[in-house]
Amino acid sequence: MVVRESDYRVNSPPITSDPPDHRPMRMVLIPPFTPQAVARLEAKARAVCNELIDRFVANGMCDGAVDYAQTIPVLINSQMLGIPAQHGDQFREWITMALQTGVTDEAALRQAEEAIAAYFEVQIKPRRENPGEDLVGFLIAARSPDGEPFSDRQVLGALRLLLVAGIDTTWSAIGSSLWHLATHEQDRARLVAEPESIPTAVEELLRAYAPVTMAREIAKTADIGGCQLREGQMVLLSFPAANRDPGKFPDADKVVIDRKHNPHAAFGLGIHRCIGSNLARMEMVVALQEWLKRIPVFSLDISKPTTWSQGTVRGPRNLPIRIG
Amino acid sequence: MSESRVLIVKIDPEKCQGHARCHALATELFELDEFGNARVRGSGQIPPTLEDRAWIARANCPELAVEIVEQAKAPD
Repeated sequence: MVVRESDYRVNSPPITSDPPDHRPMRMVLIPPFTPQAVARLEAKARAVCNELIDRFVANGMCDGAVDYAQTIPVLINSQMLGIPAQHGDQFREWITMALQTGVTDEAALRQAEEAIAAYFEVQIKPRRENPGEDLVGFLIAARSPDGEPFSDRQVLGALRLLLVAGIDTTWSAIGSSLWHLATHEQDRARLVAEPESIPTAVEELLRAYAPVTMAREIAKTADIGGCQLREGQMVLLSFPAANRDPGKFPDADKVVIDRKHNPHAAFGLGIHRCIGSNLARMEMVVALQEWLKRIPVFSLDISKPTTWSQGTVRGPRNLPIRIG
Repeated sequence: MSESRVLIVKIDPEKCQGHARCHALATELFELDEFGNARVRGSGQIPPTLEDRAWIARANCPELAVEIVEQAKAPD
């Protein structure tokens, strides 16, 4: 689907760059996001989930999106970036401006981008002297393969990307998973009884409720499936639709919670495979494990509205849940 | 498969993009490098007890980077 001519582009390498520019920044960014690196954040993620559950479990109800799903990636990303956890609300506001309001409101998108850039400029300054252990410092200290430091613009672009791309996507994925379990009694009961099946279930929930649709610019005029695409046009790559391709997945529209063959494309394919996929998977698995341990019985509260995001990231924004 | 044949698992490094599904599903057969890309442990020969998991790892690679081939067994 062609959405618009590419008259305005947010430059956030490496997600928007082509070879040969793509690889140097990508290779620098990858090591903190490997499964082995992400495993070091798992204990923190478990603690975060339990602290959040402590706040609402006794109430007998919660908003699974607001009180749980959205806060987990905000706190984990803050920890990784080395910025104060209390700035999380500010991040959520900018992300909503960029990815929800910004879909139809160009000025809001630009305002959010500028606010995020200004925020990270302040964070970068002290780390020029003393990079420290966090990801902001890591990027400042990093060198490209030819030994050069990355420019402020490149570091800012990468940080903005990690902030924007890592948060509402994961919150949407956790939220959709909770929505599914709140509305599918058998699947919920099965994961409570067999917590070791949760990682497999997470893959199926990613397939069925893929939160991300990516926009790309056509680099070379081509005919794809009978559709003429001209250089410079923007297109949407619908990972959610690919994941429900009946030619690829039997019973594609059905959530098969223990699906064995599941080469889904929720994190994209090729050189732009989501760099945070291992982090997102860890957060989803931990979020469901800790929730189901503490809240094995829950359902959707249909007396209140469930609302879903508008835009290219899909997930529940209000998810009223009755506990017990 | 006859006694003289073995199954070998391979990763095409040109196709692997580090989804790490194979490693999650069959850790005994695959390891990850510092960039999170997968490579085969040892010779890649699949012990009969791990055959099912090798096929599952292959089926779950979104990049079709995992291959399983049948080879003549090296003489003892």
